[in-house]
Amino acid sequence: MPTKPETLSNDGSGQGGGHGAGRHENVLDVDDLAVHFQLQGGALSRLLGLQARVVKAVDGVSVQLRRGEVLGLVGESGSGKTTLGRALLGLVPASGGRITYHSASKGDRRVSEMRGAELRQLRTDLQMVFQDPHAALNPSMTIEEAVGHPLVIHKIASGRALRMQVAEALERVGLSPVERFLSKYPSDLSGGQKQRAVIARAIILNPEVLVADEPVSMLDMSVRAKILQLMLDLKQEMGLTYVYITHDLASAKYFCDRIAIMYLGRIVEIGPTEEIFANPRHPYTKALLKAIPEPDPDRMVPRDLPRGEIPDAAEPPLGCSFHPRCSEAVAGCGWESRDLRALLEEHWTRKLEAYDDEKALIGDLDGLDRPSTTAKVGKGGAGEVRALLDRIRAENPDEPLWSGVRGIEPAGNGVEVQFQPADSPQLRRAGSVDVACVLYPE
Amino acid sequence: MRNLLRQIWNTKGLARWILLTGTIITVVFVVFALFAPWIAPFDFNQTRDASGVKFEKLGSPGAGHLLGTNDQFFDIFSRVIWGARTALEVVLLSVILSVAIGVPLGLVSGFLGGWVDRVLVFVMDAIYTVPYLLLAIIFAFMLNDKLGSGIVAAALSLVAIYIPQYFRVVRNTTVSAREATYVEAARAIGAKPTTIMRKYLFGNVVQSVPVIGTLNAADAVGTLAALGFLGLGIQPNEASEWGYDLSRALDDAQAGVWWPALWPGLAIILLITALTLVGEGLNETLNPALRRRRLRKVQFTDRVRTSDTEEVAPR
Repeated sequence: MPTKPETLSNDGSGQGGGHGAGRHENVLDVDDLAVHFQLQGGALSRLLGLQARVVKAVDGVSVQLRRGEVLGLVGESGSGKTTLGRALLGLVPASGGRITYHSASKGDRRVSEMRGAELRQLRTDLQMVFQDPHAALNPSMTIEEAVGHPLVIHKIASGRALRMQVAEALERVGLSPVERFLSKYPSDLSGGQKQRAVIARAIILNPEVLVADEPVSMLDMSVRAKILQLMLDLKQEMGLTYVYITHDLASAKYFCDRIAIMYLGRIVEIGPTEEIFANPRHPYTKALLKAIPEPDPDRMVPRDLPRGEIPDAAEPPLGCSFHPRCSEAVAGCGWESRDLRALLEEHWTRKLEAYDDEKALIGDLDGLDRPSTTAKVGKGGAGEVRALLDRIRAENPDEPLWSGVRGIEPAGNGVEVQFQPADSPQLRRAGSVDVACVLYPE
Repeated sequence: MRNLLRQIWNTKGLARWILLTGTIITVVFVVFALFAPWIAPFDFNQTRDASGVKFEKLGSPGAGHLLGTNDQFFDIFSRVIWGARTALEVVLLSVILSVAIGVPLGLVSGFLGGWVDRVLVFVMDAIYTVPYLLLAIIFAFMLNDKLGSGIVAAALSLVAIYIPQYFRVVRNTTVSAREATYVEAARAIGAKPTTIMRKYLFGNVVQSVPVIGTLNAADAVGTLAALGFLGLGIQPNEASEWGYDLSRALDDAQAGVWWPALWPGLAIILLITALTLVGEGLNETLNPALRRRRLRKVQFTDRVRTSDTEEVAPR
């Protein structure tokens, strides 16, 4: 796997010297940002005025974007990386926290409090490249209109000057000879060409920051590297700062100076690319790294990839949200009732013959679906339920869930399992990276 | 636009014939309408010839009057030709007006969403639930006081019943197009909501409007005739109207005088059929789920002689 070329891993201060001195080292400061989406419940719950569920797409993220760097946001789908990227541009409103943009020429500005015209003005400085180039261009606009439209909207150029600038931008992104592309419609171009046009539209306003949302994931393998190289060249020429959103760690390794690993709306590990790859600390980072396919048929390493799917963001797990899938989980991870349900169900899938008897003893499991650190189970007598739980525990005593159990008390016809409560771990310094995991305490 | 014309040119099979037949008949009526003063031998409300002799009442078809005269001493052939002008005027006016109102309303409603959308959808659906002829009668009745019973009043009462159709179609396509990435991209380059609607949504949501437009035009001809038949449409001294003539001719038709009823009726049926054919043909042409394209044969030129093949072929 290629790593980032040496010449390109700069620290940002080496270029763009023409800008005024004394400007802020960071371009964007994100402080405890939260983006929550209200879920629209069913017709009945709306009618009855029940509490709408909230998806915490981004939940308490603090990150600094340094001038001239490439920051990678990496995570599975549903981790909130795209929402974070869109929030940086003000495309989705922040529900809490602050985003501060330290403009090179216009001083500090609060993105998270901007509205309307002010926000539209901001787009001359912060721009975005979209994941799907086939959908990001208006099908009824020619390439010339589409690429030049930002200039028209912000009344920067018109007529001949507009045409000149469009031609220059297209030339820059490698769509030449320009005359061949100006009058084409998006449907006439290939995926790579469309993405080049999208990039041209993004850079024509000469922005400072470019948020690239999986810019190559919809493209052919053969053009991915070319587009990434184009973006690196543009960064060099125009002094851009990138936020690179991806689920593909291999391309992030090639492209990024720093990487932030996201899981369920939070950053779980952030640090320099080399360190993340050489010495991953968070179990989720390790799992992601193991998931990179190796082009070596002889090396069949056992992959202990995360179990199951990414959980429901409307009701994330208590404690560390990764703990139900974690292979290194310990007592203090925040075990809870839903984990007990998963454990029981997993037990029954292994021992199908015991299901009928044990299910009768345990009773209904739906009560465990409400997240809580105490879980009431059983309806066949406290002693017998207790014995059953002990039997299940004896089958696999290493199961980390049991270490998080503080006590099992009899309650009515069953037992109440009490778990050790835990907070979601904060980002803490560990070596040259920051990591949010109970295994790396202060 | 260039795309649209190319698509129409490239239709094949049934769609092509439907479209072609419809267009030819419609063009004939358009010619009638445009050149009525030259084609029709008499004026639409003329009851005496140039020398002042009154026309015969219910005169049979013949030399003087090609299709005969009706019970009001009018020349039927002239009435039919002038009627084409009336029908097309009303149809054009009503379709243009309802597109001009319905499309922007649908666009704004679909794009803004929220309570604006809800109120508009509610009002339009309410209009939609009333039988359209009843609604047209009510509007014609109300407008009779204000505007008299001319072409404008008849067209306006049709506008009211056609707006919801455009509104619905445009609003629904806007709601789905609004979520497209290119709309978000437009926001990301700093476009104002009005710019997004004008430049990014409009061109992508009006695709189905031509089809509804032609089908509505066909419907408008029928509704106009119905209004005239009921005596609520255009009065005979204002313009020639087929529906009115038909209603006058009914009693005579029972007495065996068939010509005053046949020709206006035939004109109504032909024009409605023609416009419907155009509409359906357009639908088959523009709707990607239905359309079939004409395939053109590619001719290869004779490229190789035998000696060349042997040289080129790898062995």
